[in-house]
Amino acid sequence: MQNDKKLLLGDDAVAQAAIDAGLSGIYAYPGTPSTEIMEFVQKSPDARRRNIHRQWSANEKTAVEEALGLSYVGKRSMVCMKHVGLNVAADAFINAAMTGVNGGLILVVADDPSMHSSQNEQDSRFYGKFAMIPVFEPSCQQEAYDMVFEAYALSEKYAVPVMMRLTTRMAHSRSGVSRRTLQDENSRSLPENPSRFILLPVNARRQYKNLLALQARFSEASLRSTFNQYMDGPDKSLGIVACGIAYNYLLENFENQNCPYPVVKIAQYPVPSELIQNMAATVKKILVLEEGYPFVEEQLNGIISNHYAVSGRLDGTLPRDGELSPDLAGKALGLTSRSVFPVSDSTVPRPPALCRGCGHIDMFSCISEVMKEIPDGLVFSDIGCYTLGALPPFSAIVSCVDMGASITMAKGASDGGVPVAAGVIGDSTFTHSGMTGLLDCILEKTPVTIIIGDNSTAAMTGGQDSSAYGRIEKICLGLGVEEDHLQVLTSLKKYHQENMEKLKKELLYQGVSVVVFRRECVQVAARRVRKG
Amino acid sequence: MKTDIILAGVGGQGILSIATVIGAAALQKNYYLKQAEVHGMSQRGGSVQSNLRISDRPIASDLIPLGSADLILSVEPMESLRYLPFLNRDGWLVTNEVPFLNITHYPDMERILSEIKALPHSVTLGADALAETCGSVKVSNMVMLGAAIPFLPFSEPEIEMAVRTIFGSKGEEVIETNLKAIRLGTDQSRSYMNP
Ligand SMILES: Cc1ncc(C[n+]2csc(CCOP(=O)(O)OP(=O)(O)O)c2C)c(N)n1
Ligand code: SF4
Repeated sequence: MQNDKKLLLGDDAVAQAAIDAGLSGIYAYPGTPSTEIMEFVQKSPDARRRNIHRQWSANEKTAVEEALGLSYVGKRSMVCMKHVGLNVAADAFINAAMTGVNGGLILVVADDPSMHSSQNEQDSRFYGKFAMIPVFEPSCQQEAYDMVFEAYALSEKYAVPVMMRLTTRMAHSRSGVSRRTLQDENSRSLPENPSRFILLPVNARRQYKNLLALQARFSEASLRSTFNQYMDGPDKSLGIVACGIAYNYLLENFENQNCPYPVVKIAQYPVPSELIQNMAATVKKILVLEEGYPFVEEQLNGIISNHYAVSGRLDGTLPRDGELSPDLAGKALGLTSRSVFPVSDSTVPRPPALCRGCGHIDMFSCISEVMKEIPDGLVFSDIGCYTLGALPPFSAIVSCVDMGASITMAKGASDGGVPVAAGVIGDSTFTHSGMTGLLDCILEKTPVTIIIGDNSTAAMTGGQDSSAYGRIEKICLGLGVEEDHLQVLTSLKKYHQENMEKLKKELLYQGVSVVVFRRECVQVAARRVRKG
Repeated sequence: MKTDIILAGVGGQGILSIATVIGAAALQKNYYLKQAEVHGMSQRGGSVQSNLRISDRPIASDLIPLGSADLILSVEPMESLRYLPFLNRDGWLVTNEVPFLNITHYPDMERILSEIKALPHSVTLGADALAETCGSVKVSNMVMLGAAIPFLPFSEPEIEMAVRTIFGSKGEEVIETNLKAIRLGTDQSRSYMNP
């Protein structure tokens, strides 16, 4: 049965496969549910022995560019991020599809349908199609492992970056995976046609034609891919297209995983149109099961004639939002559900909260108290543990949009005449995307106060190293913050009064000020003590 | 054979350690296993659950369908009730009785306990006090793992072997504390069922 297998998360399987396929460097910025890919490589003895690059990058854009540089010199690289990270990296990503790669490059993006830990549930397959590159979407951990080898091969065969799309359940579910033998890394080699990396219009036009010409090859690869399959079934009343992990939810509904209907399983894109056409010729109706947006469902119009009745997320057979489940798949198949215990009425929601003893609590106590005296002031914020300052008892912030937006939104509000505008941002978020916004404020001498909740880590995602560590003051001064208006406070109750007074003074200052509330995250501190 | 388990608790209470031990036991017996975990935002003191599926045949879904869990194993009483629609009508609910109070309007404890006891099959125990007799309240998750053994496809020695594999690097003392906690949980659970 499972003899030689190791229990791996989907994330772990991808990381292990990359190492085994001869990875030379992994680049990433943390983000649920993708974080464990980098963390797995960081813990891997093979990676340590080979000295595979495995340090966190400042943000997703720098990560993609660093990986592209490694690929330029012929090595295999991997970049990992959560779905919204790809928005940050989009410029680098789309243009990397134009230049192409030298050593294989896989961009792993983990989507978070149902927004378990995210601001939205955007579907990265659209980005893959937008960049016109192949996309892989595994249905199980073993497939995720095996796919990485194919993905590198395809990336190097056509000299394009390829995407691997995971969703939360794939990324964070564990199962037995068997490994292949460890391959050598690529040796260093420069691209044969280096001008393709110089996207001057003259080269870019050629590269774009090249990318367009490759589209037929990518479709061909999808059609022949062993990850895509057309499986016939005796009951022709319905044909099913099931993508990625949705394939498992489909099979869960049948004894011994025996689905009576014809099925096209998709785990590699572009959409394998011919497989769907072949199935469509034998059935009357089609059901599309896919995690995320109706990506395949929307494309069906151009693949099969529109007299087929297509059901899925667009016609309401499945909910338009949120992740799928075996039960939703069952309902879409018209299967009757079991009788179940009713939802208990003795439970109340238990939302996440700041840990006991967290320094952000001391910071927000100060902010809330000072802002009571400044009723027409606004405190914008950002993404991290400190976003929980939006909830009672603090209710201290008015926004959480995208990384870095606290500073720039405060600037906009100040430009609009708000007398006291502040932005609360974490240390890791500050170096991810806050520094450039601060520069805008400094250039215009905008009256804003930037409050940096410095816990020396990216805590929200589990305590990864922060690129800001030990550098915040130097960065702020270097950008042009005046020394007199850079305050570094210790987030402790015993300094509450003193901290409040200093914060208030800076909030009222008519120029750029930065107030750093500093104390290490208690979880990270506890882990450090445990490790000794 | 298939055993579907929902592990429930509050972020930080150690349900993933329970899952790790059960996972190692499953691997030892060459069973198939799928285990969906919750990482991220809700680990900050929010409700967390893990879907653990064990079978001697390949498993399709990482998620357990409604009404098919054979066991809800919870380290916190209110959290045990949150996933009731997933429990099979013949399934067992095994939970710690000690509430984790990090919210302002925690429901009435008596109501929670009476709802649990009204189920056809349940076991409740005060895991924290039992854990303390082993030397640390931190092993209350292991007490709960012990309490679940009668409902798992593993014997006590098989779980013990898994604990040794998982905690091996932490030294004999840690292993013994965990094993003691597990034994206490199993004894309690057995005597609860056959008073
Ligand atoms: C573009 C983007 N990348 C990554 C994330 C995931 N993410 C959310 S918060 C966070 C860490 C923030 O760390 P920090 O700013 O230091 O705040 P802390 O959680 O430590 O308080 C990360 C990586 C995201 N939401 N958006
Ligand atoms: S993980 Fe760290 S930063 Fe986040 S709430 Fe807990 S103590 Fe605070």
